Amino acid sequence: MKDSMIRGADIVVRSLIAENAEIIFGYPGGAIMPVYDALHDYHDQLRHVLTRHEQGAIHAAQGYARVSGKVGVCIATSGPGATNLITGLADAQIDSTPLVCITGQVASHLLGTDAFQETDVVGISMPGTKWNIQVRRVEDIAPAIAKGFYIAKSGRPGPVLIDITKDAQTNFGEFNYEPCLGFRSYRTHIPIEKTAIQEAAFLINMAKRPYVLFGQGVVLGQAEAELKSFLEKSGIPAACTLLGSGALSEDHPNYVGKLGMHGNYAPNLLTNQCDVLIAVGMRFDDRVTGDLKRYAKQAKVIHLELDPAEINKNVKCEVAVLGSCKDSLELLTQAVKENSYPEWMAKFQKLADEENATVIQPDLMPTKNGLTMGEVIHRVNQYKADDAILVTDVGQHQMIAWRYFNYKKPRTQVTSGGLGTMGFALPAALGAQMYDFSRQVVCVVGDGGIQMTIQELGTIMQTKAPVKIVLLNNNFLGMVRQWQQMFFDKRYSFTELDNPDFIKIAEAYNIQAQKVTERGDLQEAIEDMLIHDGPYFLEVVVEKEDNVFPMIATGCSVEEVRLS
Amino acid sequence: MKRYTIFVITENFIGILNRITIIFTRRGINIDALTASESRLEGIHRITIEVTASEDTVIQLVNQIEKIIDVIKAFYHEDESVVYQEIALYKIPVSRLDGGLEKIIRQHNAKIIAAEPDFVVLELTGHKEQTQELLEILKGYGLLEFARSGRVAVAKRMLTIDSFVK
Repeated sequence: MKDSMIRGADIVVRSLIAENAEIIFGYPGGAIMPVYDALHDYHDQLRHVLTRHEQGAIHAAQGYARVSGKVGVCIATSGPGATNLITGLADAQIDSTPLVCITGQVASHLLGTDAFQETDVVGISMPGTKWNIQVRRVEDIAPAIAKGFYIAKSGRPGPVLIDITKDAQTNFGEFNYEPCLGFRSYRTHIPIEKTAIQEAAFLINMAKRPYVLFGQGVVLGQAEAELKSFLEKSGIPAACTLLGSGALSEDHPNYVGKLGMHGNYAPNLLTNQCDVLIAVGMRFDDRVTGDLKRYAKQAKVIHLELDPAEINKNVKCEVAVLGSCKDSLELLTQAVKENSYPEWMAKFQKLADEENATVIQPDLMPTKNGLTMGEVIHRVNQYKADDAILVTDVGQHQMIAWRYFNYKKPRTQVTSGGLGTMGFALPAALGAQMYDFSRQVVCVVGDGGIQMTIQELGTIMQTKAPVKIVLLNNNFLGMVRQWQQMFFDKRYSFTELDNPDFIKIAEAYNIQAQKVTERGDLQEAIEDMLIHDGPYFLEVVVEKEDNVFPMIATGCSVEEVRLS
Repeated sequence: MKRYTIFVITENFIGILNRITIIFTRRGINIDALTASESRLEGIHRITIEVTASEDTVIQLVNQIEKIIDVIKAFYHEDESVVYQEIALYKIPVSRLDGGLEKIIRQHNAKIIAAEPDFVVLELTGHKEQTQELLEILKGYGLLEFARSGRVAVAKRMLTIDSFVK
């Protein structure tokens, strides 16, 4: 054996370092122990965060990836360690989050024998990964990691899983790291078709009521500046999807609000009144479109999209502009006329005023006794930094926080959009905070979701990540309860929770905690939380049976969005 | 609903077939037949999938197949724009032969490819309608076993896969 040969486990760690990974989230176990042994030697170059569950590790990697724009990395052992990653993989796949997940696997001679902690993780994770591979030979480790990073971050990003047998980790091999720069079956750069730009510009220039919908593609494609220039020249009003929030500052004059089931009134309603609909880096999710048969039928649709499989998937378009929206928006900006649509804009304003009077004012400045979720977010907005990151879980609090958090910067929004994974927020907030301790990370979570991954308070304690946790406690699985109230005759079937003393739990984890039950104490509590040096747990007891409005009920059209 | 042939040109990568079939399973679409083989080019495999669906659905299937990292290219064709064949084997007991077999073999252009003391094996290559017709006839001869391959097909248009494999 040559002196230059090193263990496969060392190759794993050195490959991660070669890919500029700074931090990984994980949990050890039998089949990944050689890699953990190697990590011990490189802890000054590669930080490892020990979560309390593998699901926590992958959600933390997602949170890290979403705010940093880098590839999130997590590691787990074989069998249950690997299967615990599946929810996070599915979440990252549907929300296009770049991840590289490394799992240990039983030694190659045991594969297929039902060995201890053996599971076919490549088979199980196939539908939930952009790419996956099993590595059984030490010489294949570095090329697989190089290819994995390239696939995860290029094109439309997504999660990659690399399953490495224990013998590949313990065998010795040469380490010559060659980053992957591309391969023939996978093309990431799509040149923009000039004719598509001309056709799109023609439609836009003729339009009387054009309307832009933008999604996370703008953030993933780093096209925020291009979007802004396009909107400023064309004068077109623009609304965002859940994951598109932050791509354009909400203070921008062209910004008209949020789309979807619990988005704003005007942006949903007026979708069915525009004449040209310009979708930028969004995929017409059913939570955005409502009933497809009655969605924007009057409009000519232009779709700026990187992923060819999204074209005509849900909404048929007149013009498809394939490619990165960073490129297409720039070309489109050159091709469109300077314009403004004061009458069209006024329509948005009129409906926004209506929503403001009926929904927003009562939410943010309530006169009733119970605290509203909206007023809590409103107070957070008053004291937060401009670049504060909001991490939310899934449910009523998610929709309220999204509606009222005033997004000003890209990559300040971390939530589980497509999959709707309860339990996402706490570990994702930890991951987001691990990227930068100096940023404000506010984790808004419900009393249902927090109990799905509450063990990660332990990771927050151990890392001292200064996450500000705002628990909006209504002692209900609120979103399900709202649906039960509206669509199931108020039959509250298994949605009421007997909750533990959350403050005691937080304090047991050595996290400073405070509980607010009265409106008068709210402002000071939020101030205390945001200036606190270190993690903080704020529980706010809110109205038990509040509902989120506006709402487009399932099966309804966007124009049937209701204010109550 | 119509019958389509989907061609998939892929790298020879473990699990690729699984990734492709998942796309059909997710949408609850049945694969009528599937054939995988090496292509003319080394290291490149071609998979031929026969499916009955609407054209909109087939377009989405093809787009999603092409999105798979190790797939080089995927296309779809209607029956009219491909040349295709299927092969069928029929095992018949010798005891049931009654002298009528010669006529059947001649009429259908079938071949005897094996003759054993107890049985004979016929082979017929053609479209499904043809192999099916012979199947129905041979059922009257105590057919012991029947096997039919998926479709192997080539496109009629003059386009080779070389342009995608650079």
